[in-house]
Amino acid sequence: MRPRAPRLRDEVVTLAHGAGGRATAALVDRLFLEELRNPLLEPLGDAALLAADGLGGARLALTTDSYVVKPLSFPGGGIGELAVNGTVNDLAVSGARPLALSAGFVVEEGFPVAELRRVAAAMAAAARAAGVPVAAGDTKVVERGKADGLYLNTAGVGVVAAGVALGPERARPGDRVLVSGTIGDHGVAVLVARGELALEADLASDTAPVLELASALLELGPALRFMRDPTRGGLATTLNELAAQAGLAVRIAEDALPVRREVAGACELLGLDPLYVANEGKLVAVVAPEAAEEALARLRALPLGAEAALVGTVEAEPEGLVVLDTRLGGGRIVDMLVGDPLPRIC
Amino acid sequence: MRFVDEFRSGELARRLVRELEGLVEPGREVKLMEVCGGHTHTIYKHGLEDVVPAEVDYVHGPGCPVCVIPMGRVDDAIALAERPGVIFTTFGDMLRVPGARGSLLEAKARGADVRMVYSPLDALELARRNPDREVVFFAIGFETTAPATALTLLRARAERIPNFSAFCNHVTIGPPLRAILDSPGLRLQGFIAPGHVSAVIGTRPYDFIAQEYGRPVVVSAFEPLDILHATVMLLRQLREGRCEVENQYTRVVRRDGNPRALAALAETMELRDTFEWRGLGWIEGSALRLRDSFAAWDAEARFELPGRRVEDPKACQCGEVLVGAIKPWECKVFGTACTPERPLGTCMVSSEGACAAYYNYGRLRAPLAGAGSRAAGPPSADA
Repeated sequence: MRPRAPRLRDEVVTLAHGAGGRATAALVDRLFLEELRNPLLEPLGDAALLAADGLGGARLALTTDSYVVKPLSFPGGGIGELAVNGTVNDLAVSGARPLALSAGFVVEEGFPVAELRRVAAAMAAAARAAGVPVAAGDTKVVERGKADGLYLNTAGVGVVAAGVALGPERARPGDRVLVSGTIGDHGVAVLVARGELALEADLASDTAPVLELASALLELGPALRFMRDPTRGGLATTLNELAAQAGLAVRIAEDALPVRREVAGACELLGLDPLYVANEGKLVAVVAPEAAEEALARLRALPLGAEAALVGTVEAEPEGLVVLDTRLGGGRIVDMLVGDPLPRIC
Repeated sequence: MRFVDEFRSGELARRLVRELEGLVEPGREVKLMEVCGGHTHTIYKHGLEDVVPAEVDYVHGPGCPVCVIPMGRVDDAIALAERPGVIFTTFGDMLRVPGARGSLLEAKARGADVRMVYSPLDALELARRNPDREVVFFAIGFETTAPATALTLLRARAERIPNFSAFCNHVTIGPPLRAILDSPGLRLQGFIAPGHVSAVIGTRPYDFIAQEYGRPVVVSAFEPLDILHATVMLLRQLREGRCEVENQYTRVVRRDGNPRALAALAETMELRDTFEWRGLGWIEGSALRLRDSFAAWDAEARFELPGRRVEDPKACQCGEVLVGAIKPWECKVFGTACTPERPLGTCMVSSEGACAAYYNYGRLRAPLAGAGSRAAGPPSADA
């Protein structure tokens, strides 16, 4: 089963605990899970799956996410789109059809009403695009100097059809790993939009709902083993979670990773690795080997999946690790993120 | 990507590897030290150890600026950061380096105003925008980063910015190399010298390695093909019985370095009598301090610092790793008491540190992942 996260030995919370890597895993496993433990929470998936009478074998999916991005808008979107798409995507990769969202606003005193309206309108547009209503909400205002302008929280409920079973434990050696498009776009776009790097690049966040992509793969039936959206911590973190939770290895090929030239260039300058940079409109899927080509074709047939790629294979060994074959013919480990290389991006 | 992909071409790499295969004597190990942490990072990130012939053994040297800062200086930095009214600025790598009282990241979580910057000029800009605060820049690094600090100091003086100062920990590359060459039982046969440092200081400062110690040197750039090329150049020298300082990084490095950068350094800084290096101890003339004429921008002159010396943790073998006496995985605490999220030694903190590079990228080769035992690694201990 899920291996134990590292021990939580810190006396105070640091930014590393929010970066999505090893320190986050320690905080979640050793504090939140220890205090709140129950069978619904325990799998720590993208959404909890709830059975209930009268659903006829279908299950409800429940998820929540908070958004503290800085700046509040950036090329390709803003906090409003992120908050809707992020929660929709957590439902989508859980195999769920989203039913409704809630939205919580924590607003700093002095925040312009016009800007708040723009955020709400962006949320409405994203919700319409995903076909999901924002059905409940909450508003809090905090003193000037708190909340950095605006923090958002969204939660979502969806329904997973009877018979759909996805999870890392379903991965088998030989399965193939797909990613639905270029990696690192969102994180780099936000970093550049902060304007602190004297760097200009033609880059936009990839924030988008992955519902269509997920539905296209769900039609593969049991050949689809697992999906996740590689947000904070990037593709590397998602694959590490997969390897650890499945008790298997994931081997990826450097050559096969789709990375935009501008993203690769910015990462090179900033000393970042696109594997660890956040995405907001991509999904990672594990499929049975015989379904791999069809899965790729299904993704590529959709506008958001045009640059989808088969990037790797699930293997038995070395257990729990992600291994990368370099372009030069060497090999290396792709480890969990340790510190926080990036400012807040989602 | 132009100007990057060309230096990572698999085809060119295979050609260089074939040449290497012709240059090694089967079964006879060649130990080469890559001095710079940037090289170490490239070697692991691109899996070069898998690509070169087994006879080529890269030994990771002391050229990681974060790794060589002693704990006492980190404590001084934290004391500065915790002074009321101070904005303490630092490169990101230094945030997690542990002192005796935790790291700057922990000081920040406790309330100190610690900010990450990409350049000392960013710190100067903070000083301009916050005239009622004292902005201190944690100046670290070899001759690579020292000119940027120097130019920032010159600008601070020209603009008469009174609330900016540098906490100078700049170090020089020559003296630690001599210390390594003087260490008993040395088995290194050649040196891959740092590229960016050499862009500033030129290649002359390495002449003593060839002339006094009889070891060939090749200054190398940082792409994987550069390092393979530098390795070929070193092996050619060894094969032909030559012992010279050669320059692989001709697209950037000149024999006499960068005169303007050197002039800025000379105007603002001078050699310290001695400086403590993490794991290597005190080395004479190995670091820079601000000249008295810049005392107004010198954090050491302007603020009271604890200045306490702190012993390296007993279990930590960073010193032996830094001189190439042992491989990272041969350290007693590698992967157990010392991991990237709880580093005991500095080599585990920076992505350029040999231990962090090995932990993050290289554990495939000695797949003990935390066993930290001497027996489990390849049998290549130099000690």
